[in-house]
Amino acid sequence: LGLALYASSLCAMSGAAFLYHDYCVIGAGPAGLQAAYFLQRAGRDYIVFERSHAPGSFFALYPRHRKLISINKQYTGKSNSEFNLRHDWNSLLSHDRRLLFRRYSRDFFPSADTMVRYLEDFASLLKLRVQYNTAVIHVTLEKNEQAWNGHYFLLTDQDRKNYKCSSLLVAAGTWVPNVVNFPGSEYVEGYETVSINPEDFTGQTVLILGRGNSAFETAENILGVTNFIHMVSRSRVRLSWATHYVGDLRAINNGLLDTYQLKSLDGLLEGDLEDLAIIKDKKGKLHITLQFYLENRNISAGMDSITLPQDELDNFATRTPYDRVIRCLGWKFDFSIYNRSLRMMPGKGNIKKYPQIKPSYESRGTRGLFVLGTASHSVDFRKSAGGFIHGFRYTTRAVHRLLENRHHGVPWPSTVYPITQLTNSIIKRVNEASGLYQMFSVLADIILLRENATAFEYLEEYPIGVLAELEMQTGRKARNGLFVIIMEYGRNFSGADKDVFYYNRAVGEAQHAWQSNFLHPVIYYYKHLPTEREMKLRPPDWPLPRPNAIHHIVEDFLTDWTAPNAHILPLRRFLENCLGTDLRNFFAESCFLFAFIRQKLPPSCQQGYFRMQGLLGSQELRQHAVQAGLLQDYTHTDFSGDRPPDSHHGSQEHLMRDHGIPLRPLQHLVNAKDE
Amino acid sequence: DDPDVSSAWLLFCHCQQVTEPAQACRRTALAQPLTLLNIHRHLKLMGAPLVTEVSEDPEKISTVHLQLGLPLVFILSQKETYEADRRTAELVAWQLLGKAGVALLSRDLVELNVLQRSNVALKTPDEGMPIQYLVLEDTDEVITLVEDKNKVKQIQEDEQEEEEEDEDEKENNNQEIQDDQVVEAVSRDKKRELPLEQILVLTEENFHSSLSEAARTVVLFYASWEAVSLAVLRSYSEVSTHLQGTPGVLLSRVNCWDWPGLCSQENVTQFPTLRVYQEGQQPVTYGGMWGAEELSSFILLSQVSCPLKLATMDEAEGYLRGEFPSELPSHHHTSLLGVFSSATSKAKEAFEEAGNILSGHVRMGMYFEDDALALSQKFSVSPPALLLARGGGRSVEGIALSEHSVQDMVQMIRYELLDIFPEITVPNLPQYLQLGKPFLILFSAGDISQVESKEMLKLAKGRPQQTFVVCWLNLKKTPVGYGILRTYFSTTPPLPLLLWVNLHAGGQVFKFPSEQSITEMNILSWLEKLQAGLEIPSSTLSEEDWKPPLPAYDFLQMMEPSVPELSPHSGDTPAQQPPKNPGGDPAGGDSAPREEPARESSAEEVGVPGRGLRGTAPRLAARDKQGRRHSEL
Repeated sequence: LGLALYASSLCAMSGAAFLYHDYCVIGAGPAGLQAAYFLQRAGRDYIVFERSHAPGSFFALYPRHRKLISINKQYTGKSNSEFNLRHDWNSLLSHDRRLLFRRYSRDFFPSADTMVRYLEDFASLLKLRVQYNTAVIHVTLEKNEQAWNGHYFLLTDQDRKNYKCSSLLVAAGTWVPNVVNFPGSEYVEGYETVSINPEDFTGQTVLILGRGNSAFETAENILGVTNFIHMVSRSRVRLSWATHYVGDLRAINNGLLDTYQLKSLDGLLEGDLEDLAIIKDKKGKLHITLQFYLENRNISAGMDSITLPQDELDNFATRTPYDRVIRCLGWKFDFSIYNRSLRMMPGKGNIKKYPQIKPSYESRGTRGLFVLGTASHSVDFRKSAGGFIHGFRYTTRAVHRLLENRHHGVPWPSTVYPITQLTNSIIKRVNEASGLYQMFSVLADIILLRENATAFEYLEEYPIGVLAELEMQTGRKARNGLFVIIMEYGRNFSGADKDVFYYNRAVGEAQHAWQSNFLHPVIYYYKHLPTEREMKLRPPDWPLPRPNAIHHIVEDFLTDWTAPNAHILPLRRFLENCLGTDLRNFFAESCFLFAFIRQKLPPSCQQGYFRMQGLLGSQELRQHAVQAGLLQDYTHTDFSGDRPPDSHHGSQEHLMRDHGIPLRPLQHLVNAKDE
Repeated sequence: DDPDVSSAWLLFCHCQQVTEPAQACRRTALAQPLTLLNIHRHLKLMGAPLVTEVSEDPEKISTVHLQLGLPLVFILSQKETYEADRRTAELVAWQLLGKAGVALLSRDLVELNVLQRSNVALKTPDEGMPIQYLVLEDTDEVITLVEDKNKVKQIQEDEQEEEEEDEDEKENNNQEIQDDQVVEAVSRDKKRELPLEQILVLTEENFHSSLSEAARTVVLFYASWEAVSLAVLRSYSEVSTHLQGTPGVLLSRVNCWDWPGLCSQENVTQFPTLRVYQEGQQPVTYGGMWGAEELSSFILLSQVSCPLKLATMDEAEGYLRGEFPSELPSHHHTSLLGVFSSATSKAKEAFEEAGNILSGHVRMGMYFEDDALALSQKFSVSPPALLLARGGGRSVEGIALSEHSVQDMVQMIRYELLDIFPEITVPNLPQYLQLGKPFLILFSAGDISQVESKEMLKLAKGRPQQTFVVCWLNLKKTPVGYGILRTYFSTTPPLPLLLWVNLHAGGQVFKFPSEQSITEMNILSWLEKLQAGLEIPSSTLSEEDWKPPLPAYDFLQMMEPSVPELSPHSGDTPAQQPPKNPGGDPAGGDSAPREEPARESSAEEVGVPGRGLRGTAPRLAARDKQGRRHSEL
């Protein structure tokens, strides 16, 4: 029958008229709308399909208890809009300042209803082309040599209407609930439908399967009215403040941990759910046993004939019967709508809930199919924020830029600066860029050096997983070496069982910056673009292959990396040594001197003073530079030329001593040391 | 052969323990010279028990060895390990025989207030020296302990190592010293409050509304963390004081660290950037020196359109005299007037375009009325022509304009504005440098004399298309010139001094003979000799490249041991180093070292209150070394 249906649908398709768009987006959730925004701004032909009548249908239902755990910070003390996005986990990217989430809710943890309202506004204010009430139920391919990717995507909706697109962006999220099947699993209630009214749990004993935020959120809601709550899961609890992964258990939901550790009847257990079995007794109570005991026995034979673990082990932990068992096991991607030819395969191991994709977010099975949003989290699962709005709003932009280059010949946006702006451009980005900060170790800023290192090209937020393909993916050339700027946590700092509060966890000195534990900028220098092979063979835990040189900017308590001596100076030395040049700034007077005594000028004189943009500096500043021993003051030296040769030296030394100024050799200013 | 070496030996044979005649006795030679005292001492020592068993406070113990001025080594023993300890003690005692005594101290009997791990103690004969308790790993260390006192310090954790580390640090500290004069000057000045009241702060909210309020708005885009920006902001504040009350000019600033969206929208990619915004016109970006005077002059010049259209002959002549328009400061010496016969010539278009580019830097006027021909003929040119009025109209020069592209026009105007015999200053040098010619430069301690000036001017004017720049430098006004002379001659030679400097090719510096007087004739013949290669350069400009002034931290090398596997592909990688694990447990791998700080720090927490800010605010306290705590790798 299935085959017949399939065959008939194929016939229907080939006969029907196709509505064509260059880009089809499945799902009008945050990622779908974000993609639509970029496509719209670029003037592309696109359509978004949404099965519901409004955007964000997942948020209309979930989380069940309506409190989002993504932070909505109202105040940061700064007006820098890019910086503030670092602490706004709900807004999507747009040019419209009305569409900032903090204008929608004042709650630090806002309600999911607000998210739905926000997404509706995002779609309507920006006039995004969304076709609602359209559930894509089948996707297949049509070979065609003319097509961008050698094939078209054919989509069928619930009304058998057909659509054809050159590129398919899947932003459908993960919405199929994970279920486990074991004897008695029919007694288990799902998170999707369980009551959220605490009164329904009064005086009950509850077992929760799962250990994610949904499990703890459910527990939190009924903690005060139940007899006790037990929670079973295969893995140990992973606390997000220990792992630095926002998808792990957040402190806002961890009330049950508190009551467990304070022996207030609630508890956590580790065990494989697959081994479990539940038996209902005559009073309707649910008993936990193991499948092991059930072998060769008929579960319907009744309670009495079945061995319970406590019959053999009388202190078995879950020996008391439960009134309710609730399943909170999360969701997975809906693989069912894709034809086999698309080879949409689940990932392996703990990422099996996501489809297999490359670090460029393109499907491993089908060229031209990109996965966006939560469903694309396999790239950085349990590492970065790619599964969450505040992360995937940037990866979606990255995918859009890849597509612009691939299909429309629009190279990755970049700015060319003179080399004197190198330190500045890095400092500016690491201090304000939100994409680098949220998508740490996933998105990187790339600096492509021009010939002779007199200028460079700055590319923002490129996915480092495809660094080797940079030239092909961006349309930019990396012939003269490059810097890669990313943010990292200390390599061994984060983890489920790590003590992240140990004494001396923070490094303060620039010279020990490589041991920084908290999120801090790291700059990799490569003389040549790493190859595919080098990317594969990179050391474990390293986001990138071994560079020619590396620099860590020391972690900062305020994440403010603008300190002249602790942050900027070591960075400048690193860049200078990579490029083999002197990147210091000089006052015009110094450049004037260099012009007469050296055949070459340092870059800042060359690109500033020599082009008539020298820094004359105020009287006070020049005075300070003289006092620091970095600028020589010749004003009071000699007034007559016929003094004995050494007298002016003497008088100058005398003068400086009178002012209590240490006389330091200026040699290092005039002659660059070659060490 | 050496007469000082005695051929006599004194050996003590320990034959008591020998049970069989075939067995050889152990022998101990006297190491000191054969004197009566030494022989006595030796016999006494040999007679003393090999290992003394001790069960009282070691501080109070006195043995033969101590009395004879030799140290006493205690092997700290416990009941459980007594047998092994005894054997160790004997082994050590044999090796130290005659050099030190060995005692076996039972910790079960004596309460010692020392580390449980300590296994050896050393008591020296010196009065008042406390007993050292040590943790040693093998018996050789005990021997060296006694034999080589210097090594004691290495075995123990003492301050010496720290001192060495301090020295290391001092060496590295050079890297941490700011050697950027601008950054350092700005940070030294950061506490001074700038007079910025006259400068309007613009934000994303008020930027556009503010621009429409004044006829002309000057905007400085800067970043509050960037040194050059802050240096310019200081000059800008001087400008604001200077221009206070000038009608029609509004000074403002945008901090791009606060408003990155605004700055990128205005296409500001570099800090600092100064622009003049004017309703309905393209903003003009400043491209000159970042000095208060230069900025002021730019802002004032930007007040009138460039080029300024002159309507009547009177206006045109007033303009050339520097009297019209009245709002323009007359201190700007050179005025340019383009004279065109028709309203639509190509040259006129190019001239207007060039005016846009040079706006704010050059005083440019334009006259294309019917009597344009009459005006230009006064200066013996015919339109299209350029009239150059130098020094407030004292001399007006007429130049015929041919077909010019905009770029050529700009180039030509810039060139024409250059002086024939300029005084070189810090701000104006780049204009002359860009000509790419050698400099014939007269260094003078003050103003140059009339005679010299006349001779030099003759020289400069003599050849219209000069292949070199004739100029002079006033050391009083540009004292950095002393720095130049000192580099050339290591002292300041007698002034005035005429030099030929090949700035662009070869970098040779030639000194005009001081015994000759500076006249056109003398200079020309000197130049001829010079060109013929008959003169020897006094100095040569350094050809050195601008290398990094100091090395950077080599984090890659520091991280190396913790990188378990390196990419085999990276060709220039030094040999792989296996992880150095002091515990000797290679399998411990990556996670082991990291646990260390946790353990250590918990021990440290006790008794050191208030150190919680370490790391988070490291420079709050004195130099801290918490970083090293991680560095067991």
